[in-house]
Amino acid sequence: MTLDTFTRSQWYAIGRLPDFDGAEAKPVRLLSQDLTVSDKAGVLSVNDADGRSLLTQIRYGHLWTTLSDTPRPLYDMPEFDEPDRRLVTAGGVGVRCSGLRCVENFLDMAHFPFVHTDILGVEEHPSVESYDVSMDAEKDEIWATKCKFFQPMASAAASGGQITEYKYRVPHPYSTILYKTCPIRDNVWDLVGLFIQPVEEDECIVHSFILVFDDENTDTGLLHFQQNIFLQDRMILENQVPRKLPLDPRWELPTRADASSIAYRRWLKANELQWGVALFNEAA
Amino acid sequence: MKLYDYVLSGNCYKIRLLLDFLELSHEKRAVDFFPGREHKSDEFLQINPLGQIPVLEDDGAYIRDAQAILVYLASRYDPTATWWPVNDPSELGRVAQWLAFADSITSTASAARLHDVLGYDLDVAQARAGAHRLFRILDDHLANQELQGFNWIAGSNPTVADIACFPYVALAGDGGIELFYYPAIQRWIRRFVNLPRFKLMPGINIFD
Repeated sequence: MTLDTFTRSQWYAIGRLPDFDGAEAKPVRLLSQDLTVSDKAGVLSVNDADGRSLLTQIRYGHLWTTLSDTPRPLYDMPEFDEPDRRLVTAGGVGVRCSGLRCVENFLDMAHFPFVHTDILGVEEHPSVESYDVSMDAEKDEIWATKCKFFQPMASAAASGGQITEYKYRVPHPYSTILYKTCPIRDNVWDLVGLFIQPVEEDECIVHSFILVFDDENTDTGLLHFQQNIFLQDRMILENQVPRKLPLDPRWELPTRADASSIAYRRWLKANELQWGVALFNEAA
Repeated sequence: MKLYDYVLSGNCYKIRLLLDFLELSHEKRAVDFFPGREHKSDEFLQINPLGQIPVLEDDGAYIRDAQAILVYLASRYDPTATWWPVNDPSELGRVAQWLAFADSITSTASAARLHDVLGYDLDVAQARAGAHRLFRILDDHLANQELQGFNWIAGSNPTVADIACFPYVALAGDGGIELFYYPAIQRWIRRFVNLPRFKLMPGINIFD
């Protein structure tokens, strides 16, 4: 599958800044292309296999690059500038499936009681109440709001079960951010997000972060909580068939609980995304 | 008692399992193994010059190496003397033999997992092939044990040999190693996860 314009025009996180300390043409794979990252006196540069220098930017604790000379702007997360928040970057975890599948799994609350049992859900409370899904037409991104779920241990700072309120945001085909009720402060949201580096159409590296108010846990404690949750997801993701994302409605039938997933797939289709998508006639 | 722990480490999981099985109260000190490589920091090298986790701190002493910690904990804190069967030399010999085998599982199956999950640069085909060779041996052994009425690696009781071998066998799927071909291993995993006070770790596929 050739690279579609929508996929090509995005910025992609390819690692945390410390991952490239002193790098000398360190190999990085992005969108089926071999790139290299070099650190010259603290300035990071990215080159493609032909030696062409790619655009870069440093944001949200990560190095970002793009194959495009005229990329779409990287989405804003003003919360990164708020004082007192703690940022923990969890490092890149390899997953044998399309990064699009990882976004969709992240949006799905129905798996909480069964995959994240006794942490993000309990088997006695499996139902997903209906929530709102909307498109922000101006920014071209998806929001799922008023999501509510009973969680026995919503975050490392949680001291007991609570009804957690969630908002999900998809501002980029390979990024998604969760805004969840902060257990220790009123009227603010904690952020958990995925910056996915699509390696091949059916393989990706998931860079995740948490940006929270938390007075109690160490950074490493927060890191362990996040990595434990993500490894639970990873096993489920690697068992999905096909490894690419099916967009053909003949293939997988979404239900009401998947309203955000339906919106995500519709948005990908509207933007004519093709790379990483399973074709129905490949199924047999 | 303090365990220097990393949540995704199968070697740390061995110690967590035995601490739970023996109901030993302890604290955990979270180590940023990935992505921070804290186990290679100067501070941690003071605790373990090999730069490896887990490390157990007990009575002011540091014990390193997962298998050594298992032996220490079982010898000191298991009043039934079944996890490390000191009163039965022939069984003890078998347990020690499979502890060494567990180290080989770490250098193969765990290496493949580090490559696939955390992006470690190593020869993953070689690691997987090595793991399959060991799993064939373990599967044959467990099948033979079953034929003699034994459910566990060294005999009729679970021992530290089972704990030492369990994590990186059960987590093999994370490193692209299918357990489909090893039916006796699958049955042993099912028995293991049903032990009292067993806690699951992400990446373990329970066959049912």
